[in-house]
Order: sequence, then C-alpha cells, then structure tokens
Amino acid sequence: MTEAVQTDVIIVGAGPIGLFAVFELGLYDMKCDLIDILDRVGGQCAELYPEKPIYDIPAVPVCTGTELIDRLMEQIKPFSPTFHLGQMAQKLEKTAEGKWRMTTDAGTVLEAPVVVLAAGGGSFVPKKMPLKGIEDYEGKSVLYAVRKMDELRGKKIVISGGGDSALDWAINLQPVAEHVTLIHRRDEFRAAPDSVSKMRALVEQGAMDLVIGAITGLEGADGQIAGVTIKEADKEVRQVPCDAMLAFYGLTMKLGPVADFGIAFEGELVPVDTATFETNLEGVFAIGDINTYPGKMKLILSGFHEAALMAKKAFTYVHPDRRYRFQYTTSSSNLHDKLGKED
Amino acid sequence: MHIYCKDMEGTVHELPATEEWSVMEIIREGGIPMLAQCGGSCACATCHVYVDPKWKDKLPAPTEEEIGMLDGAFEVTEDSRLGCQIFFTKELDGLEVTLANGSV
Repeated sequence: MTEAVQTDVIIVGAGPIGLFAVFELGLYDMKCDLIDILDRVGGQCAELYPEKPIYDIPAVPVCTGTELIDRLMEQIKPFSPTFHLGQMAQKLEKTAEGKWRMTTDAGTVLEAPVVVLAAGGGSFVPKKMPLKGIEDYEGKSVLYAVRKMDELRGKKIVISGGGDSALDWAINLQPVAEHVTLIHRRDEFRAAPDSVSKMRALVEQGAMDLVIGAITGLEGADGQIAGVTIKEADKEVRQVPCDAMLAFYGLTMKLGPVADFGIAFEGELVPVDTATFETNLEGVFAIGDINTYPGKMKLILSGFHEAALMAKKAFTYVHPDRRYRFQYTTSSSNLHDKLGKED
Repeated sequence: MHIYCKDMEGTVHELPATEEWSVMEIIREGGIPMLAQCGGSCACATCHVYVDPKWKDKLPAPTEEEIGMLDGAFEVTEDSRLGCQIFFTKELDGLEVTLANGSV
C-alpha cells in the first residue's frame, strides 16, 4: 500500500475558496494539501471565466478570474501548500488513529485530522455527447481525452468540436492516423489562429477532411465503433467509417465521488452549521459554492468568510492541545512572522 | 407576463417573467433546475434552449461571443440560443422556448 502523506488539512478543490482557506488555516499553523481534478489551480475562475471581470471582491474594484487566482497564490505563498493537481478525490475513510484518509484516482493517499470540501460545483469533466448507445463505446473507441497517442496510430479517426483541443488533436494525430476527419457545426473555429491555419492547410492539401455538420449517430459493436452518421446542412445524412471518435465540447461540472464520502447532501449541496461550516462528519467541512445554509449566496466573498470561520473550528482538531488566540494581521508580530514580514 | 418553457419530457410550463431578467433566470426562478453552470456569464453553454422560430424577429441577434459559446453545446440548430443571453422585455411576453440536451 502507498504510504500516506501526513498533513494537517486536506482541501478538495483548488478554486478561489480552497486557496483562501490555505491562508486562513496557515495563520493558525495548519499545513494544507490541495487536490484538484484540473491540471492547474483556479477552479471556475480558471476554467470558465479567466478573462472576465469580477467586480465584487471587497477592495478590489475589478480583476479578472486569472488575476484573482494569481493574487490568491501570492497571498498564500508563505504557507507553502502542496498541490495534487490533475487528480480526483475518490475515497474518504477514517483511519484507526481517528484521522481522515483521502485517496485520489491517481493513487495519492493523504491523511489529516481535517478535510475541507471546497469543490464548488463538483469536478470538471469532459461534456459527453448525447448520442444513443454511446455509453457502450466511451473509454474504448469514443474518447474525450487522448492519453496515449500510440493507441490511435494507423486508425481512421473522427474528431468532433471546434476549439483548441479539437484542432490540436486533429493536427497532432494527422501524421500518425490513417485518416482524420474533423467535424464542426460551423466553418469558424474558436482556436489559436495558428492552429486554424495549420488545419486549413492540411485540408487544402487533402491530408485531412473537414466536414461542416453534426454527428447524429454511431454504429459498431462490442465497444468498437465502426462509423458515425453525419448530417450536413441541406444534405442527406451519410455514414463516415472510423475506428475511433474523439469529442471535444469543453468541460462540465459533475459532483463525482464526493457524493459517496458519507457526507450528508441536500441535492448536490452540503448542509453546514454556519458557526463552523462543519458537515455531519466531525472534522469534515464544506465551504464555497458546494455548501448550503439559510440565506446562502453563491458568491466568492461568502466563501472567503466561510473559510475564516472554518479555520477556527479546524484548529481545535489539528491543535487540540493549544488555545485558539484571535489575532489581527495588522498588529500581530506572531502573524507577521508566519507571513514572512518584518515588524 | 410569462414565458412558456418546454422541458425535456415535453411538458410546457408557463413561467412568470420579469423585465430585464434573462430567460435562464426566469426558467430557474420558475422552478426548473436548469444547469447554467457559469451563472449567466456566457461561459459554459449549459443554458442552451431552442427559441420557437416565430419569435426570432423579436429577439436581438446573438453576439459573436454567444455564437462561439454554442460550440460547446450539443444538437445546435438555427433556433439555438443561450438562455442567459436573452433578456426579457414586454415585447417577449409569451416567448416559447424548449430546453436542449445538456441544459438540465
């Protein structure tokens, strides 16, 4: 068995609230390990609105999603959190010593007295195409991500989508595949201009097919796709034979395995005590968009407040032998030391 | 004032509509659990609806951003719009929309 990493607090979700929790916990000497399914920090701020302005962060008249995350990363730097990115929190159990043990889908094992769910709307996972019978092929010959390019060598591949992922994979797979057909709903692409030019050049040379239309059906057997049905505007539907289909429609949020952690849910939200933001499980907290309580507002600033109150209660589990001493960062030389500031 | 929203099962709901609210907000306020994951910032395409063609002329045309975002939706047609980008006015009283796959 993998040896567990010992830490003070395991935070599920490295969005703005998970990141700010590192600050509030750090002030009270709690070391954090964060898990996030995305391969970078920032959660929705990074994935959904990196360039969009946010106007309701107190004392920050305007910043983009990316800027907010950059500033939070700077703010928590003194506390040196450990990030486990590109991993999904998969299993939560209690150890014989009374700690929480969290296992990720990448096999990382973490142990801590406190777990903080800051998972927002859940895990970002690829959007799945709503085609009849597609489940039989998913993960076998219908893919939403490419792990090993070699597995697609020599195959006839259909790629659906019109963004950077679709174009990058069309361009990268073209030399190794027997044939690549790119299918998109319109003759415009929201992707890096360089990729669009490369793709158009390959189509021009006859090295790749571009179809403006939509996939309306699949055929095949035993998980192996044999072809897709394509509908182009003002044309009869036709079949395009293929050995694999890749679909890139962006990401969507799904609750995922946290639903099975033993935490009480109301729908897809976790009810919490508003004094501590603790869940029904002792030492397991929920802050940010994933929690619910009377009057809850899904705002980043609500999550920041929740993180501060959570940290106060978390302290009693991590440092049961110590007294919680309320201090201001403005005046406490003790906090200044932790923040690496000279008095 | 109202809009009519047909759900995935084909049931039509008459929902009270407020001026300036987006169709996405009206649908949610009416008790239909539309996903609308990004909260209305035209960043996720999970509020995809089909607008009955007879209302097309009354709606402002979609922006480039909205058209681009529809690339992340499925089963897009000429009637496809993002609910968060249609803002209700009294001229739209009686608007008919149908929820698309991936919006609930």
